[in-house]
Amino acid sequence: MNPNYLDFEQPIAELEGKIEELGNVGSDADLNLAEEIERLREKSKGLTEKIYADLSPWDIVRVARHPQRPYTLDYIEHVFTEFDELHGDRHFGDDKAIVGGVARLEGRPVMVIGQEKGRTVKDKVYRNFGMPKPEGYRKALRLMEMAERFKMPVITLIDTPGAYPGIDSEERGISEAIAQNLAVMSRLRTPIVCTVIGEGSSGGALGIGVGDHLAMLQYSTYFVISPEGCANIIWKSSEFAPQAASAMGVTSSTLEDLDIVDATIREPMGGAHRDPVEMARRVKAHLVEQVDRLCSVETDDMLEARYQRLMSYGN
Amino acid sequence: MSWIDKILPSGVRKDEAEQKRVNVPEGLWKKCIKCDAVLYWPDLDRNLEVCPKCDHHMRVGARRRLDIFLDEDGRQELFSDIEPIDRLKFKDKRKYRDRLTAAQKSTGERDALIAMQGRLHGLDLVTVAFEFNFHGGSMGYAVGEKFTRSATHALNNGLPLVCFAASGGARMQEALISLMQMAKTSAVLERLKLSGLPFISVMTDPIYGGVSASLALLGDVNVAEPDARAGFAGPNIIEQTIRQKLPKGFQRSEFLLEHGAIDMIVHRADMRDTLGRILSKLAGQEGSQEDITAPYSEPVE
Repeated sequence: MNPNYLDFEQPIAELEGKIEELGNVGSDADLNLAEEIERLREKSKGLTEKIYADLSPWDIVRVARHPQRPYTLDYIEHVFTEFDELHGDRHFGDDKAIVGGVARLEGRPVMVIGQEKGRTVKDKVYRNFGMPKPEGYRKALRLMEMAERFKMPVITLIDTPGAYPGIDSEERGISEAIAQNLAVMSRLRTPIVCTVIGEGSSGGALGIGVGDHLAMLQYSTYFVISPEGCANIIWKSSEFAPQAASAMGVTSSTLEDLDIVDATIREPMGGAHRDPVEMARRVKAHLVEQVDRLCSVETDDMLEARYQRLMSYGN
Repeated sequence: MSWIDKILPSGVRKDEAEQKRVNVPEGLWKKCIKCDAVLYWPDLDRNLEVCPKCDHHMRVGARRRLDIFLDEDGRQELFSDIEPIDRLKFKDKRKYRDRLTAAQKSTGERDALIAMQGRLHGLDLVTVAFEFNFHGGSMGYAVGEKFTRSATHALNNGLPLVCFAASGGARMQEALISLMQMAKTSAVLERLKLSGLPFISVMTDPIYGGVSASLALLGDVNVAEPDARAGFAGPNIIEQTIRQKLPKGFQRSEFLLEHGAIDMIVHRADMRDTLGRILSKLAGQEGSQEDITAPYSEPVE
């Protein structure tokens, strides 16, 4: 089994493997394999389209957590220029699970804040698997308040398995840190554009997720409790996670129907990880559009619209 | 065991202790789950459901909570018509709709939050209380909406807000709608704060997850009853993550006070007087030269 492909993608992996093999023998044989390779490529594309046309909510959760999926640092590299990372919450420490700093979006100064899961094993440990502690949320808050002072739009990129559930997190007030962000983000006098790029897990995601516009990538996911957690509680086994994912409606299509998510950014065929550069291009186009729109609105009107939207959740 | 018992951290459940109580004759007698003392109900009731032997604060329902907190006259219930909505048509082994109906039947409430306008030592205020027996006091649309409307009512009428929280967290069956109630309630509290109206949050056992990480920790003054548990993640989740035993008293009121999360621990019998004194000052009321309510009982040597 090819670890770069999820189980439901294995037929694609097999085809891609064949294409690679043929490519390798092609040069030393008289046979012209180009035609055969082209045929297989078409087949692989068709198969990918077919598989991705019919993903279950649980499949989407798994694509959202794909080990090769582009993370916050990938988007920072491909969407923005002149990124200068800013560190620390000024009280306790610097949380590596949340990355933030000033950058330019098509020349416009912006504040970028996002959770980073880390790519390699070493990275993952360094980033605490993208699970922020209170100092992460407090760093984010410090940067957002700075953005307000310097009239910079705030861009947040959400991708976390949740806020870190540990003794130190509780001792330093993880609940208060998240709550404070929710409160301040509801009235911050600068545009806030939030995008779920991978996994949006519960309060840990929402802690940088309150703003004027909320978008999700097509195969990202957003939930109040992980499908495994929900399955553990209701069915007493995480094996029922697929059922839980369906019941909770963890994908952008359901969340748009519930008027919680404003827009879905379509992913390249086979998911963002198959073409990260194209994905970044689409995310950038989306961000530019939203930031331009929000910067043309009177701040008081923007804040009233943001507040009324918050008040409408669930109505 | 109901589903809510299952999601609660193991320490919160107290199944065994709870089950022991079954052996005590219903009605007149109640066993303290902490010290096992068999207590005569009228005595316990008079003692505000605090064990007279060991001072354990038993869980009280939302209506009882409001009843012992507010002045007797001038009470008016607010927004009692708000009903839960099952937007997702959530279904696991049972339909959420059926679970709601059962909870409504057993508690006599529409959902897990009760709101009242009333007075505290003559000071007008809005008070809300969570009903833990309704789905573990979990916050879905109806709870978030009633909290928000109550806070807005306080805002529009220039009244302080007091909340007695007891909740397992966000309500899973309303999925992301529940999560968004965290943002909604936090936003209205921020407006209250900016308008100079006080909000006092009282933690009563237990408070976890989405309620902890929103409205419950946003008080100008955060108060807890003795030995109440409040935290973001449940103890069993933390134990599974870090693979070690949690220290004694973890996430209890004393822990919260020690780590700076709350301002004070207040005994149930002192709640009215203590909050009355604080609110009166925060609301800028002129006070008399003498203490109307004694702040502390004289230490007995």
